[in-house]
Amino acid sequence: MENMVNIYLYGKKYEVPSNLTIMSAMEYAGYQLVRGVGCRCGFCGACATIYRIKGDRELKTCLACQTKVEDNMYIATLPFFPLVKQPYDIEKVKPTEQIMMQLYPEIYACIGCNACTKACTQGLNVMQYIAYAQRGEYEKCADESFDCVMCGVCSSRCPAEITHGQVGLLSRRLTGKYLSPETQHLLERVAEIENGDCEAALQDIMKKTAEELKEMYNNRDFEK
Amino acid sequence: MYSKEMLESIKKVEATREERIKAVLAGNHPRRMTAEEKEQVLLENHPDHIKEQFKELTIGPNKGEKVPLELADLLQANPRIKPSEIDLSKIDYDVDVLIIGGGGAGSAAAIMANENGADVMIVTKLRHGDANTMMAEGGIQAADKPNDSPAQHYLDVMGGGHFKNVPELVYKLVNDAPICIKWLNDLGVMFDKEPDGTMVTTHGGGTSRKRMHACKDYSGAEIMRVLRDEVQNRKIPVVDFTSAIEIIKDKDGKAAGAVLMNMETNEILIARAKTVVIATGGAGRMHYQGFPTSNHYGATADGLVLAYRAGAPLLYAHTLQYHPTGAAYPSQIFGALVTEKVRSIGAQLVNCDGEPFMYSLETRDVCASGVIRECRKGKGVDTFDGGKGVWLDSPMIDILHGEGTIEKRIPAMMRMYLKYGIDMRKQPILIYPTLHYQNGGIKIGENGMSDVPNLFVAGEAVGGIHGENRLMGNSLLDIIVFGRNAGVNAAKEAKSMNAPEGLTLGHVDSFIKEMADAGIVTDKVSPKLLPNYARKV
Repeated sequence: MENMVNIYLYGKKYEVPSNLTIMSAMEYAGYQLVRGVGCRCGFCGACATIYRIKGDRELKTCLACQTKVEDNMYIATLPFFPLVKQPYDIEKVKPTEQIMMQLYPEIYACIGCNACTKACTQGLNVMQYIAYAQRGEYEKCADESFDCVMCGVCSSRCPAEITHGQVGLLSRRLTGKYLSPETQHLLERVAEIENGDCEAALQDIMKKTAEELKEMYNNRDFEK
Repeated sequence: MYSKEMLESIKKVEATREERIKAVLAGNHPRRMTAEEKEQVLLENHPDHIKEQFKELTIGPNKGEKVPLELADLLQANPRIKPSEIDLSKIDYDVDVLIIGGGGAGSAAAIMANENGADVMIVTKLRHGDANTMMAEGGIQAADKPNDSPAQHYLDVMGGGHFKNVPELVYKLVNDAPICIKWLNDLGVMFDKEPDGTMVTTHGGGTSRKRMHACKDYSGAEIMRVLRDEVQNRKIPVVDFTSAIEIIKDKDGKAAGAVLMNMETNEILIARAKTVVIATGGAGRMHYQGFPTSNHYGATADGLVLAYRAGAPLLYAHTLQYHPTGAAYPSQIFGALVTEKVRSIGAQLVNCDGEPFMYSLETRDVCASGVIRECRKGKGVDTFDGGKGVWLDSPMIDILHGEGTIEKRIPAMMRMYLKYGIDMRKQPILIYPTLHYQNGGIKIGENGMSDVPNLFVAGEAVGGIHGENRLMGNSLLDIIVFGRNAGVNAAKEAKSMNAPEGLTLGHVDSFIKEMADAGIVTDKVSPKLLPNYARKV
């Protein structure tokens, strides 16, 4: 007999095997999921979940696909959270402090409670990356927020109504486009291709017979 | 977290580690297999070669060809609707370009269609960005360094695909690769770079040059969230939690929209469009041959079913990719992807006795076959429920490249295992092949159009680009190259024509008749839309 535990899905009690994730436990209970399920590997942020263990006051947050059930776990999923996303033109914005003030001024209302960091399902230092964004230090914000899966749990706990995930994303796009160093070899290769410099070699290899190609393939040299 | 038996085996792995590292540092990896050895290991071990797992199609454009049993059942299943009960005159959405699927390919197509002046709309059965793109970890290939060239990339792609690839599509893939990296970079994707801007690139299985660009091990997620943000910035409408369940044609037999279904209320909606792009992704959730999968919840081959019923032929639908390194343990992450990058940056495949039984960066089909063979030989480690796995010696990475490398280069992997009490910096991890990619799919021409006029296809739903086996990093590349291509051409075509007339589902009626004539009686309906994991209670 499998080791079973009791869990409460939206308050209703179910007995499930103890080795399941919250997501599999819901399916074990009979749910055919449409909401609150995505990659099932911790990358997409679809399965944000809030839980509390009986006898404990603390509300904890997690991704349902990445968290094992525990005995006496009260579970509620958070498949959608009505967050603000401000549109902007990536070609026209500049990586200055003004852009954050303009699009997400609420970050300056942060009261430093650190609830976002405590709630982060990825274990990120969320309050710190918001602080970097406030100061216009977008590269630091980008690095600190890089592993964000945009599940929205941080925002659900924020008294200042900050949309942390969007702030991180904007910082990363500004960093990727404007602040990261330019890649010379990439620009050169693109110019060569557009100039037709790579064409002859490609046409030549496309004309090879299957046998000739195999010969080339089996004897090609490898970069160490 | 590991069992006593596993810990015993780990001791053997640790016992040979120093010697293996010395060999690697001296440039002596376990040797690569010869062409003949590869052929043999594939033939004897690769799931694509297990004849009884395939079935001949008896109707449709690929009649007489074999595909996996589970796919055959869906291609030759009942439609979800009765055409006579659908009112095509009540149009809910009327657009230039309808894109089915909100992953990387669909989003890239949408951005380019919008850029080219088309009125474009995305429908997606889950959320925008819920796709295999989001889960791609390792990277994206492009020949953009001085020692590399598109022609060299071409050779690697063709060899990896066993020379079955469609040359014109490979040409486009490799030629547009650097252009696409620049496009992504200019959209703000944060690639791993040296301080001077040089891209940090590594090998993938079967590459002859280090051309794998990455964004840590969140490469696909980083690309997907930027593309999604860009779609939102351009205010392109995204109708989420809505699936496409049939293609609609016009009086001339051209694709002219789709029948849609609200995933929560089952309401039927009609979308009319001048051109349609299928970007529905892969099929891992079909669990071919009972394999676990690294794929997204929505990967159920829907696009193949829609296109097949509309009369578009498939190409290489019999070849699937089993990624050599799916998580074999613990059970909670069974089948989850362990990125190839773990091997790219130094971890070796090692059997239960601590022996490095093969070169770790052979192409994926060869690697997966090698792992299966090792387990069949009794050199695997018992996992759970009768399963097996071999070790991926991850602690080698930090020893080879310095402490902190794992944390910096593959943080997602480290996090995934830490949640189950396994620190991959200190202990090796157990892997076994997992169903990862649909090599085959819908046949397209260079312009991205299928054999059905005005029905375009992009991304994993396409067949032919990768032949019979895709290389790491060419999928993130293909969704961008062919997503953009489909978007541009679908917009161009749409702008040259008037709104379609004489909407019909006549092809669905014909398909139903063809099924009856062939004596196919089944209770299965398709497209599948979602796997059914709910326990019958």
